[in-house]
Amino acid sequence: MADPAVLRLENLSKRYSPDRPAIFERLELELRQGEYLAVMGESGVGKSTLLNLLAGLDQPDSGRVLLEGTDLSTLDDDAVTLLRRRAVGFVFQAFHVLPYLSVRQNVALPLDLLGVTEPERGLRTAEMLASVGIAPLAARYARELSGGEVQRIAIARALVHRPRLLLADEPTGNLDPRSAAQTLALLRAQVKANAGAGILITHSRAAADTADRILVLDAGGLRPMGPHG
Amino acid sequence: MSMPRAARGAFTIWRVLLLAQLRESPARLLVTVVAIALGVALGAAVYFVNSAALNEFGLATKRLVGEADVVVRGPREGFSEQLFTRLARDAAVSAASPVLELDVALPGRRDTLKVLGVDPFRAATLQPALIGDIGGGLFALFQPNGIYLSSSAAQDLKLRRGDLLQVIVGSSPKALRVLGILSEGTYSRELGLMDIASAQWTFDQIGRLNRIDLRLSPGNDVDVFRRALGQHLPVGVVAVAPQVERDRAISVTRAYRVNLNMLALVALWTGAFLVFSTQSLSVLRRRRALALLRALGVTRGQLQRALIGEGAALGVAGSFLGVLLGVLFAAAVLRFLTGDLGNGQLRAVGASIRTAPLPTLAFFVMGTVVASIGAWLPARSAARQPPARSLKGGDGDYAVVARQSTYAGVALLGVGAALSPLPPMGGLPVFGYAAIAALLLGAILLVPTLTVKALSLAPHTHRIVLDTAVAQLRENVGLSTLSLASIIVSFSLMVAMAIMVYSFRMSFDHWLGKLLPADMQLREPLGSDTAFWSAADQAKLATVAGISRIEFRRTRLLLLDPERPPVTLIARGATAAQAAEELPLVRSDKLPLPSNAEPAWISEALQDLYGYKLGGPIDLPLAGRTQRFTVAGIWRDYARTTGSIVISRQAYLAATGDAGANEGSVWLSAGANAALTEAALRSRFARGDSFEILTSTALRERSLQIFDRAFAITYALEAIAVIIGLTGVSFAASSTALARRAEFGMLRHIGMLRRQIVGMLASEGILMSAFGVAYGLGLGTALSLILVYVINRQSFNWSIDLAIPAWQLAVLSVTLIAAAAVTAVWSGRAATSQDAVQAVREDW
Repeated sequence: MADPAVLRLENLSKRYSPDRPAIFERLELELRQGEYLAVMGESGVGKSTLLNLLAGLDQPDSGRVLLEGTDLSTLDDDAVTLLRRRAVGFVFQAFHVLPYLSVRQNVALPLDLLGVTEPERGLRTAEMLASVGIAPLAARYARELSGGEVQRIAIARALVHRPRLLLADEPTGNLDPRSAAQTLALLRAQVKANAGAGILITHSRAAADTADRILVLDAGGLRPMGPHG
Repeated sequence: MSMPRAARGAFTIWRVLLLAQLRESPARLLVTVVAIALGVALGAAVYFVNSAALNEFGLATKRLVGEADVVVRGPREGFSEQLFTRLARDAAVSAASPVLELDVALPGRRDTLKVLGVDPFRAATLQPALIGDIGGGLFALFQPNGIYLSSSAAQDLKLRRGDLLQVIVGSSPKALRVLGILSEGTYSRELGLMDIASAQWTFDQIGRLNRIDLRLSPGNDVDVFRRALGQHLPVGVVAVAPQVERDRAISVTRAYRVNLNMLALVALWTGAFLVFSTQSLSVLRRRRALALLRALGVTRGQLQRALIGEGAALGVAGSFLGVLLGVLFAAAVLRFLTGDLGNGQLRAVGASIRTAPLPTLAFFVMGTVVASIGAWLPARSAARQPPARSLKGGDGDYAVVARQSTYAGVALLGVGAALSPLPPMGGLPVFGYAAIAALLLGAILLVPTLTVKALSLAPHTHRIVLDTAVAQLRENVGLSTLSLASIIVSFSLMVAMAIMVYSFRMSFDHWLGKLLPADMQLREPLGSDTAFWSAADQAKLATVAGISRIEFRRTRLLLLDPERPPVTLIARGATAAQAAEELPLVRSDKLPLPSNAEPAWISEALQDLYGYKLGGPIDLPLAGRTQRFTVAGIWRDYARTTGSIVISRQAYLAATGDAGANEGSVWLSAGANAALTEAALRSRFARGDSFEILTSTALRERSLQIFDRAFAITYALEAIAVIIGLTGVSFAASSTALARRAEFGMLRHIGMLRRQIVGMLASEGILMSAFGVAYGLGLGTALSLILVYVINRQSFNWSIDLAIPAWQLAVLSVTLIAAAAVTAVWSGRAATSQDAVQAVREDW
């Protein structure tokens, strides 16, 4: 029977060198379809490392990451990349859209990588642009846009190929409060609309509150947020 | 005195920026410094070697001419010594010294020994430095068949006092006793010194002289006397200032020396281009940091000065290193190659390097200024960039820069095209060089526009790797063209040189084939005044078994203009028709000549330098009389840059009565053995090794070897220029890849495979280098036309046929593109490491 969890962490541990304490040990987590999770934690606690492990960009010292039921440690770099290409969408704090591509081209990148051809590619890109509210900007370049608009491009790019898992790393860190609120609402709406799952890494309690549940990452591992934060 | 505040500010920023650069990219700075150093070193070395050799050459000539005011010089066969008697009695002359100056053939040697026959007492007045060194007093020189040798000649011939020196006179050997060796300081080159009577006797020149040195009494105007004397001298005898003697010898090598200097300058400017390229890239890479400095209150001027200062600092370091390397290189060339930089005409035995402070300082300043100029444009552009625009990033306003540079580029191309057909200035292709500089700069200024145009034509392939690569190049066209510029400059120059050298080599090879149709060539030592075969000798040679045909030639030097080096007269072919046979003619008169006209075929150099025209008259001083010939054709002569004239032996014999010959061509009978025939030919004379016999194939191979050796240094300089250019590309690739680490990280996050990213970078590298190579090929071919048809012709006064070394260029092009792709891949691998994944977390 297929694993109902989109993502499952089993006994996950990571340390950068043997003479240093572990970043985290024996993490356990299950993320189901349609679930939107926020992970909070202090700087340096390992949030970004966790994100890299979830996406198969880094290897754990022990334990397993199962994405759509596939143990990432059993795959080589190419296979992990191909799985990530299909099943994961990323949103970064620093946006990272390619300045030399138009808004439309940036959003269509994951479809290009997946080999989706016209007319489907054009249709899905247009739909995505419209759903994040930047359809009129499709032909423009990122450097001509505001921070909020650029982050919408990043969100559209992260979701255009309908990934099962959305990973957002401080997506509102560089935005003003109004743009931040719009972005968070958009992220949640898109995760729900695409029937996937999402993990939001953030320092902000307000941002975390947009998620279905909040976990805190600290030396003790991942634990649910208490009523007083 | 304290520094003004603004200057102090600029200095502080300069120091901060330079130290940061040193910390972040020491290798890049080091290579830039080395590139400048190489350019300065080459320029300085060529200068020091040539000036040392010229200085030594000048000193040697001065020793020979001594303290004469006027030198009366006649043809090698000389003039009657009665002229000396007349001149010595002239009231204006206070001292006169008769000289018989001959290049004497030695058995078994290809070169000759210069021998001066002098009257020791008279020469003691006019050539005291030469004569004063004779051990045992002047009377020692009077011993019959005695000769003094210079130290260099004694070493070269491995002779000591008392030994016998064999010389060839006519076709017979004669022995001279070495009376002593002149000290090293007396004369640095190879020389023999004899009593004039003994020399006249030994070399069958009784009653003949070919030089008289004159010193005038005080109060006489040397120029007035010389001009007046010139009008009363026999035909073929001239009166010249001693300086003319020196200049005449040196002028032979001038074009070669100037061309070498130009090549060294090319290396220096390629170094400057690397400074321009790396500084531009470094400014682009740091544009946000520089904009931040501007935002924090650094003025535009301070920033510009600080950035120019960066280039100047590289220039100072590079120039210092370059001057040191240049002196070392020059010292090595003088020590081990006797100052010969390839053409074999400017050997300077015993010359030592003289590092005059002013030229040394000039090279140091040149390197620094050139590097500062390289840094000036990027500094200016960085200072003018609005900070807000730079803080945002991107390179989108490049179209404006591209547009502006297009106008300047087109204008410079026009200037280049207009300059290229202009005639030489002072015998040098000054406008040709200026045309090349203008075309090169103009073409470089057009690179941005043409790159934008080429990229806009690139089709959308729906292959993400290729499409993203093209989009990246299109967006960052400024960055891309900067990295391309240095490789375009060096590659186009290399292409131009390769085409020129290949064309020359092909023409030379063809010329050799045309000129050497016979199976074997025999000749007396080149330039010898004493060795020849009499009519009887020629008859003896002609009867050797295995020979189906033998033809003899008489070659000798003629001084047509005292200010210029002598030209070579070649008497060949029994009749006029035979003389022109197998001559590599470029133009000839088809019309039959008037019945009384005697035809002569002149080389292109004679046409260019003396202005003789096809069908026009040419007067030759032969046997003391002016003989008029008609120019019946122009031929190509790669052996003699100073000019040559071919007439029939019949005409030569009629004019001079000289039936002798010193060169010959031999056609073997069917089945005859070349080695046996050679042995049979040698057996006809008492000294079998007295002349040279070579198969035409061996002579052709040897000639091509000499040709290749002459161009070896140009290949070395080209290779350095291309390595410098490739280094620029490599820096550009690695710094661009590093700057795009976050981009690669993001692409890895969204599922682009590592090899796809590397493939994208390789595509960018291949696309840009292919464009650069194609552009360089086009530009280089255009420049080669100027090298072939303008610079070569005006420098050496001979034409060559254009030939394209297609295979060589194809291999070079593919190698360069591959090297650029490998560089891009190598940079990409480093930039797509795990760090790249982390880089997405860096803001900037």
